[in-house]
Amino acid sequence: MPFYENVFIARQDLSQQALDEKIEKFAGIIGANGGKVTKKENWGLRSLVYRIKKNRKGRYVLMNIDAPAPAVFEMERQMKIDEDIIRFLTVSVEELEEGPSAMMSARNKEGYGKSFKNDEYEDFEIPATDEEEIV
Amino acid sequence: MNAEKTQSTQGRRSFFKRRKTCPFSSKNSPKIDYKDIKLLQRFISERGKMIPSRITGVSAKKQRELATAIKRARFLGLLPYVVD
Repeated sequence: MPFYENVFIARQDLSQQALDEKIEKFAGIIGANGGKVTKKENWGLRSLVYRIKKNRKGRYVLMNIDAPAPAVFEMERQMKIDEDIIRFLTVSVEELEEGPSAMMSARNKEGYGKSFKNDEYEDFEIPATDEEEIV
Repeated sequence: MNAEKTQSTQGRRSFFKRRKTCPFSSKNSPKIDYKDIKLLQRFISERGKMIPSRITGVSAKKQRELATAIKRARFLGLLPYVVD
């Protein structure tokens, strides 16, 4: 069965409990159609970079799915109907990631981006991003 | 005489920036992932536009991958389409 990654954004005013129920519901749809959800990851409440359906914040959830395509279509159809889901994205991947995704490890490790910048990319600063020198 | 000549050309060349290697093509380089915003942010400008590979030195193959990742991140509201 092909592998998929699904990220969906739920409305901000959805309670944690309701969100958990939603995740279970979608996982249930996958399960009922002969697939399985191998990882569920809650990124928590994040502010959206731009407004989506008049929302400024959203609750992000990532699911790793191993399921036949019809199961994924059915889950997506339910997501479209659901008004608490403001956006979702499903991508097929070669293999499913084990362990926490980049989003979770970035949050756990402080200064992750900074050390990265200094070690590997010291000489591709573009002039526009050199705020310190301008000031 | 010959040595002097090479030195002078080297000196002139160091005035320009040397050719950068692709930050994704070496071993243990980071994986391009639409969820890794910290990484993708290095490749977009202050205005939110993608930085051309001729500036960042990303190889053509990886730049295509990077472009997809940035577009996915934008769709999910993780990166901006435009900053004003």
